[in-house]
Amino acid sequence: MSTLARKKGVGAVIWDYLTTVDHKKIAILYLIAGGVFFLLGGLEAMIIRIQLAVPNNDFISAGFYNEVLTMHGTTMIFLAAMPLVFAMMNAVVPIQIGARDVAFPFLNSLGFWLFFFGGVFLNLSWFLGGAPDAGWTSYASLSLASPTHGIDFYVLGLQISGLGTLIGGINFLVTIINMRAPGMTYMRMPMFTWATFVTSALILFAFPPLTVGLIFMMMDRLFGGNFFDPALGGNTIIWEHLFWIFGHPEVYILVLPAFGIFSEIFATFSRKRLFGYSSMVFATVLIGFLGFMVWAHHMFTVGMGPIANAIFAVATMAIAVPTGIKIFNWLFTMWGGSIRFTTPMMYAVAFIPSFVIGGVTGVMNATAAADYQYHDSYFVVAHFHYVIVGGVVFALLAGAHYWWPKMFGKMLDEKLGKVTFWLFFIGFHLTFFIQHFLGLMGMPRRVFTFLPGQGFETGNMISTVGAFFMAAGTVVLLANVVITTVKGKRVGNDPWEDGRTLEWAVSSPAPEYNFAQTPLVRGLDAYWIEKMEGKKGLTPAEPLGDIHMPNPSILPFVISLGLFVSAFGFLFHQDHAWGTPVGVFGLIITLGAMFFRSIIDDHGFHIHKEEVMEAEKKGAGA
Amino acid sequence: MANHTHVQNPKVDVQYRRKKNAEEMKHQIVSFTLMIFLTLIAFFAVGYEGFSAWFSVPFILLLAVVQVIFQLYYFMHMSHKGHELPALFIYGGVVVAFVTIWAFLTVVWI
Repeated sequence: MSTLARKKGVGAVIWDYLTTVDHKKIAILYLIAGGVFFLLGGLEAMIIRIQLAVPNNDFISAGFYNEVLTMHGTTMIFLAAMPLVFAMMNAVVPIQIGARDVAFPFLNSLGFWLFFFGGVFLNLSWFLGGAPDAGWTSYASLSLASPTHGIDFYVLGLQISGLGTLIGGINFLVTIINMRAPGMTYMRMPMFTWATFVTSALILFAFPPLTVGLIFMMMDRLFGGNFFDPALGGNTIIWEHLFWIFGHPEVYILVLPAFGIFSEIFATFSRKRLFGYSSMVFATVLIGFLGFMVWAHHMFTVGMGPIANAIFAVATMAIAVPTGIKIFNWLFTMWGGSIRFTTPMMYAVAFIPSFVIGGVTGVMNATAAADYQYHDSYFVVAHFHYVIVGGVVFALLAGAHYWWPKMFGKMLDEKLGKVTFWLFFIGFHLTFFIQHFLGLMGMPRRVFTFLPGQGFETGNMISTVGAFFMAAGTVVLLANVVITTVKGKRVGNDPWEDGRTLEWAVSSPAPEYNFAQTPLVRGLDAYWIEKMEGKKGLTPAEPLGDIHMPNPSILPFVISLGLFVSAFGFLFHQDHAWGTPVGVFGLIITLGAMFFRSIIDDHGFHIHKEEVMEAEKKGAGA
Repeated sequence: MANHTHVQNPKVDVQYRRKKNAEEMKHQIVSFTLMIFLTLIAFFAVGYEGFSAWFSVPFILLLAVVQVIFQLYYFMHMSHKGHELPALFIYGGVVVAFVTIWAFLTVVWI
């Protein structure tokens, strides 16, 4: 029962996406869900900037500001950046390594639905008594005292979506280790695949501390525990440590895939092999490793003492070395290349100075003694927006433009793409560059307003104007997506014409089975090698045959739905009698679905050789 | 690619594999005996009054580490070919966890 080349109604399409285990469709799900949360987080950012545009503003109240600020950070990190990174990984990595799917397609779908229900749960807090209001870091000393259920939504929602992320990370580790095509040695893997590999390892080691922290917090808030309450013998600092043992690697979980995306783009549009490939791999692994040794630099002012501060300061500065290696490698990739300034390339070129500014302020923050000045000021806000927007968001926008034809079969309009880029680029620097100086002048972060006559008026106004530029850029991007979807022309395998890696050797979008014949990889940039030898396609490593595919399944959706229901029950179990029964009922749904998954034998199905040949003849758009 | 190393054709090298299996069985029995023996020593260390807790606690921890190594290498086949990456990740995790706890015990004030 192949689903190749069949027209379907709306209901069938929705059912198809609810049950899909195909990495390419899951990528689209991640892209849509992450994109919606990105717009939501952006809306919250606009509310923040409007409130701070003028002194003594009363656009929103102080309490609501705390909720908006918390949800902006939480949404952007956990519900926008992470899933969008996963969207890129799912869309590209299996094809880049010459595989037909990820190692565990069922788990891939489960990971998405867990993230999705966790995110929806977290955002339902807006309608059910108030959102979390203790900042995205949710320090225990503050969050234990929060009177609404907001923090409980934060704890349970992140727990569910965190499970999804952990599952996704493990899946990519196993995929990259086991599913590479013949000839695809580790040192021939494209840079984005390497970044995904290291990122997945970071997820594997970084998410468990968050899980533990969230369980402690859940116990304290919902089940009468006292891990963090000093009055009852707990220790409030433990949360900070657990959060940052997770939280610092999380930064690298986001930025390493960004580095990977830019590495692909620099090589493609400079029409050159990536400069210093092996040093890039080395730097990526080193950044991943060092990322675990520096968490306490977020806590210099907690009072750990000069020895701890000094050690963590030096460890933090050490990370600048591998990052510097990468920056120089990108510059040398462009050097002497025949550069094409397409939209993705413009993001890539703009990324270098933007990210370097964020890196330099990072080293400034790492200087423990000076950090006492910067701490909790707008300087820190400017710093991390420079790394996360200038690094991660630029990369996601660049990657979306770069791989859009591979995901949807149509090119985003280049003119509108460049308009988006310029609006976003100018808006970004306008918003955040001035915030360095606001911070140095003493404006504290997380305040809902400021007084006139302290010199903060102009800076804040400029910052708000910049935010509107970014919003305009996003609107143009959305218009571009709509126009492309309605009017765009179908493109062939290699729409950028300079594709180097395997994903450009298959049709756009790739067929369900990715490769009719598993390719033989003969070096780094496998597709480029074939093109340079005048060949049209890849060298096959196997004869054409029937292709074994996994069956779609609704169970991942049901398993995640069960946890979603259960979280509601336990969240309200102290207020309502129905709480505990509903909580148990949700767990029964989840465990029941897992039970069915275990006892039902699912052998998948085959796409027969004749069908594959027919689909290959039709090419793109099949 | 690398995952095919322990997929074997049953008709090939029957004798060689039989010998190999017998050898492995011997290793498993030896390490199983050792593990029981180590457990007995641990019980003895706790029960014997001549040892203070300052000796017996680290001593038992050391025995536990030895047991984990036996478990991983002789019963979960980490000594075989094709287990390099799981080993890398286990040791990577151990290093990260160790450094974190070490930092807590030595420089970070909680």
